[in-house]
Amino acid sequence: MQTIDMAVTPLRDLNATLQTQAGQTNQTAWVIENPRGAHALAVGLDAPIEVTVKGSTGYYCAGMNKQATVHVTGSAGPGVAENMMSGTVVIEGDASQYAGATGHGGLLVIKGNAASRCGISMKGIDIVVHGNVGHMSAFMAQSGNLVVCGDAGDALGDSLYEARLFVRGSVKSLGADCIEKEMRPEHLEILRDLLARAGAEARPEEFRRYGSARQLYNFHVDHAGAY
Amino acid sequence: MEKTPQTLPRDSWTFSPGINAEIRRAAATGIYDIRGGGAKRRVPHFDDLLFLGASISRYPLEGYREKCDTSVTLGTRFAKKPIELKIPVTIAGMSFGALSGPAKEALGRGATMAGTSTTTGDGGMTNEERGHSEKLVYQYLPSRYGMNPDDLRRADAIEIVVGQGAKPGGGGMLLGQKITERVANMRNLPVGIDQRSACRHPDWTGPDDLEIKILEIREITGWEKPIYVKIGGARPYYDTALAVKAGADVVVLDGMQGGTAATQDVFIEHVGQPTLACIRPAVKALQDLGMHRKVQLVVSGGIRTGADVAKALALGADAVAIGTAALIALGENDPKWGAEYTALGTTADAYDDWHEGRDPAGITTQDPALMQRLDPVEAARRLRNYLAVLTLECQTIARACGKSHVHNLEPEDLCALTIEAAAMAGVPLAGTSWIPGQGGF
Repeated sequence: MQTIDMAVTPLRDLNATLQTQAGQTNQTAWVIENPRGAHALAVGLDAPIEVTVKGSTGYYCAGMNKQATVHVTGSAGPGVAENMMSGTVVIEGDASQYAGATGHGGLLVIKGNAASRCGISMKGIDIVVHGNVGHMSAFMAQSGNLVVCGDAGDALGDSLYEARLFVRGSVKSLGADCIEKEMRPEHLEILRDLLARAGAEARPEEFRRYGSARQLYNFHVDHAGAY
Repeated sequence: MEKTPQTLPRDSWTFSPGINAEIRRAAATGIYDIRGGGAKRRVPHFDDLLFLGASISRYPLEGYREKCDTSVTLGTRFAKKPIELKIPVTIAGMSFGALSGPAKEALGRGATMAGTSTTTGDGGMTNEERGHSEKLVYQYLPSRYGMNPDDLRRADAIEIVVGQGAKPGGGGMLLGQKITERVANMRNLPVGIDQRSACRHPDWTGPDDLEIKILEIREITGWEKPIYVKIGGARPYYDTALAVKAGADVVVLDGMQGGTAATQDVFIEHVGQPTLACIRPAVKALQDLGMHRKVQLVVSGGIRTGADVAKALALGADAVAIGTAALIALGENDPKWGAEYTALGTTADAYDDWHEGRDPAGITTQDPALMQRLDPVEAARRLRNYLAVLTLECQTIARACGKSHVHNLEPEDLCALTIEAAAMAGVPLAGTSWIPGQGGF
């Protein structure tokens, strides 16, 4: 196991070291100590390595991640795993706003709560939140799955496209063009898989599914009031 | 019997035939007019400035003998690999999707032949564009369509788009007619639906966040790439200052004559400031921060001639970017398609329904049959020629002002034909020493 202490290692050196790990590296396990809320921590990784951040992080931890598994033992600041392409990011604590924003792939697990705009403009990422999500989550979400084991705030899924939203608790309100949809067997299967991979103790049957009514896909003046 | 003299029919200035036609169109459809391009109204522009030229107190350089350098380096502040351009004219960001594949290829080829850069747009980077562009700037837009770290690293510079001159504060809409399977796949959305490009970034708000976003992008790209920040002509002094504070290497400033692929006409014509009015406040912001020429300024929005280029540089820009003019050089709005423009209810030079995807010139379309009309090699040659003329014209003026580098042009070389232009450009009204409005913007 390789250990990097951010009390003595500059951010640039840390990221450069992690980014230069090749796909076949045998240095697969890394521990980052004393992150002290640093921004842009472990960003742009592109190797099947496992990085454990011992503490809490600032903005954009694991941004644009590919292949790597990043585990944050504390909480994460805004934009964690933004634009993630693949791999896994696990946050033991809470996540601030924009978690998983524009993510194209991979799995983001938040074991606490996520603040507003979780999964905003998501493009294929899977996000599982053990707790609650804040307002405007999945705003303009394009594809992928957002699973909320707790409650969702106002305007869930506003103006969303083809993303699937699963909520176990209450939804304070749905956003424009977001509706509740039938939970079919294939959706239960997706949920079962995601909950298992995320280590969430919940049954798929407890969730409700939400998605796009597809009424706003092509602009029509009669729908102007919906925006 | 002699007819009684009568007054002639008199059009109202307020309710002109054009205004009335728009009222009738709105009443019939219930929807605002959407179009491409930039502001069409007359606003103070570079035409309202003149160069003074050499005199007894200033001596010129020999036009065909003495060197007048046109090279520009962008991104000298933090980037390990700044961009070296042979000419002070770059190609502005325009998306694959809004433009056809052959058009994007032609822009890349033409820019490369001229020794300058071209820029991606909303929708991501295509392999053809990367392959044909020696220097390619990758736009980082609110939609993040097609955004990925591999393309970030393949780029020569990264342009974070905060605003656009045609629509400061507005997002975009690529209508379903242009959403082919390839365009849809690049954007991760269904074929044929209207694709909205967000008006603000999904994961940051404000200058403090932007500073952290720039840090993240630099960390992902190893601090190699110049980071541009593009702003619309809204509040150029403060936006420039804040972009510099956030860590930009280059500020791209786009005035209201700058084009768009598709936006509401009311937005294009009524939001934002003319390019001419934006330059001096932006330059002042850089000067006040001690960053003029350290953070480079690229100006766009209505650049048409080498005189426009020279005037923008004289006011303090390091380079200019062209969009609409580049499309016209490729063949957009060419009178040879006049009959087809007429069939579309418009005329060559006035056609602006770029969002409909029916462009006879094969440039603002995804229709395979129309796209085939544009030969990217021939169109690139026209763009190269046009860029060469812009550069030669700019050099001609610079030499006449006694400058051995186009960057040596300065406000002192200029006067203004109108009080408005004098105030906006901060140069004297012709024949006077009066600079209206001096002392504050």
